[in-house]
Amino acid sequence: MLETATRGKKSTRSKAAPHERFLEAFRWMLLARTLEEKLVSLYRGGLITGGVYIGKGQEAVSVACGLFLQKGDILAPLIRDQAGRSAFGEPLLDVTRTYLGSRQGPMRGRDGNIHRGRPRDNQLAMISHLGAMVSVTVGALMAKRFRGEKNFVGLSCIGEGGMQTGAFHEGMNIAAVEQVPLVVVATNNHYAYSTPNDREFACDDLVDRAIAYGFEGYSVDGTDLAKCLDVIGGAVKRARAGRPPQLVVASILRLSGHGEHDDATYVTDEIKREPFARDCVKVAEQAIVDLNLADAETLTEWRRDAAAQVDQAISTAQKEAAPEGDEEDWCAISTRDMRRRRSCSAMTNAFLSTDKMLAEHSAAPLRQRKVSRRNFPDAC
Amino acid sequence: MVGTAIGAAINGMRPIVEMQFADFSSTALNQILNNAGTHYWRTNVSVPITVRLPSGGTKGSGPFHSQSMESIYAHYPGLIVMTPATVEDAYTMLIEAVGIDDPVVYCEHKYLYYHLKADNLPTEGLPTGRARIAREGRDLTIVTYSAMLHEALAVAEQLVNEGFEIEVVDLRSVKPLDTNTVLASVARTGRLLCVGESFPWGGATAEIIARVTAEGFHLLDAAPQRLNAKDTPIPYHPNLWSAHRPNAKEIARKARALLRE
Repeated sequence: MLETATRGKKSTRSKAAPHERFLEAFRWMLLARTLEEKLVSLYRGGLITGGVYIGKGQEAVSVACGLFLQKGDILAPLIRDQAGRSAFGEPLLDVTRTYLGSRQGPMRGRDGNIHRGRPRDNQLAMISHLGAMVSVTVGALMAKRFRGEKNFVGLSCIGEGGMQTGAFHEGMNIAAVEQVPLVVVATNNHYAYSTPNDREFACDDLVDRAIAYGFEGYSVDGTDLAKCLDVIGGAVKRARAGRPPQLVVASILRLSGHGEHDDATYVTDEIKREPFARDCVKVAEQAIVDLNLADAETLTEWRRDAAAQVDQAISTAQKEAAPEGDEEDWCAISTRDMRRRRSCSAMTNAFLSTDKMLAEHSAAPLRQRKVSRRNFPDAC
Repeated sequence: MVGTAIGAAINGMRPIVEMQFADFSSTALNQILNNAGTHYWRTNVSVPITVRLPSGGTKGSGPFHSQSMESIYAHYPGLIVMTPATVEDAYTMLIEAVGIDDPVVYCEHKYLYYHLKADNLPTEGLPTGRARIAREGRDLTIVTYSAMLHEALAVAEQLVNEGFEIEVVDLRSVKPLDTNTVLASVARTGRLLCVGESFPWGGATAEIIARVTAEGFHLLDAAPQRLNAKDTPIPYHPNLWSAHRPNAKEIARKARALLRE
């Protein structure tokens, strides 16, 4: 069983030799791929209601997003981040319970599929409106700074489609203004649903925007696991060390439809022949074989282990009861007794003590704002 | 701005976001409605943010600095919408808003800034969700909130000379909506007029009439009425503006018509 980023021992992870980390990442990718293939077949068999959105082709980028985070860090994943979510610490049961509509999942049937999250464990629960979670991640980081926490980072995932929203621009701007330890990993999978890159944006390279935002920008081949670990891992390290916010733009092809309801016939044959259209799982596995990092028997054993974990999580969730409308608590707010009289003076005193705490912590000097005027070619 | 507040609130803070003008909160609708408003229901983690909306019209402010947005926010689940009408309520309810674990949209009318004063700030306030009988009467109930309270009270005073005693209910918050206090008042008077400064299509005044008609139809001696602003953008020129929003003259005309029925 792999150790997740938030539950594992930090020290062993940060000191892992590159090839060990590569293998660990590969196993998370394998788990994500196995799980999502299974979800797709459940969906096709009519056992999942709503949609299934998979990260096929994005696992190398995604796993790097989760792998370098530690306990206390924040991950704001999006719809194709199964590998990253798992590596960060999301239990497989959260996935299967949410997809299969168990009342025991973190969303209890109230929300489905990829909108799941555990905000208390720093796994933010995305909303469908892309770009919105960047500023939420910034706010969470500001709260940590106010409280005087140290050595934390936040990582917010986005796609090239989401990068074109107003909310994304606002979030990037405030992140740089506040100089929070944020990494934004933007995966360009070349389609926003069915809209190709040339109808999405007109700039030469999305990473050029980093300078304009006040971020440090890096590009990476998202089909190459070693490079993803290197570049995204480096960005997390720099953000943690107090460098300005980091933008990583990864290039891949989405190897599925937008969701499983989409047959993606609009994806051209031409683009499927591009180098970025490679399957990152196959590329990583080939590297393992070529470099003799693990033998065939071990790889088979890992696949078997992934399949067993997935089957276990699915069968558990399938046995659990679904939520029922007449048993649901139809109240959208947590305050149940609005009419309870509150004493103003007691509350005022409570806030004054909060003010004092904030004053002490916000007195800490803001990070030195130093934004490089160039991209960093060493990253790609 | 609201996104960062939501992130901080999830991480244990109680942020207050000041919108400068309620109208501008439309640019944050997504974060307020879809993120803050759904968060507790979806994840079981509440989002204790307070969004301050300086609301309502003032002379010469025009279409984008005059709006009253309470009905939009009240329509969506997961939010508490406060609409204080007095300095005392503005004070105690703002403190209460910060203390509440759920997102609060705090609609503070700009009229309160300019025209009202309080000698002493209270240490105790009526809790949110409870309406207040601002003036007792027996002939007609006017239900209102925010700055329209003061227009309604002026009309009530004016109609004393014509022999009418008007009861004025200050809702204080449109969500939760204190239907019981409204129904009790209508039970006393038999007549209902709802006054709000927001646009006329749907909204808080329509909700009150729907509830009273459904739950207290037998209490009514006349068809309940409502008065809102006109269904146009809010005009700039003071002459047009004062005719666009409900004013004392309009309220009095509507009240007299109801009282004669």
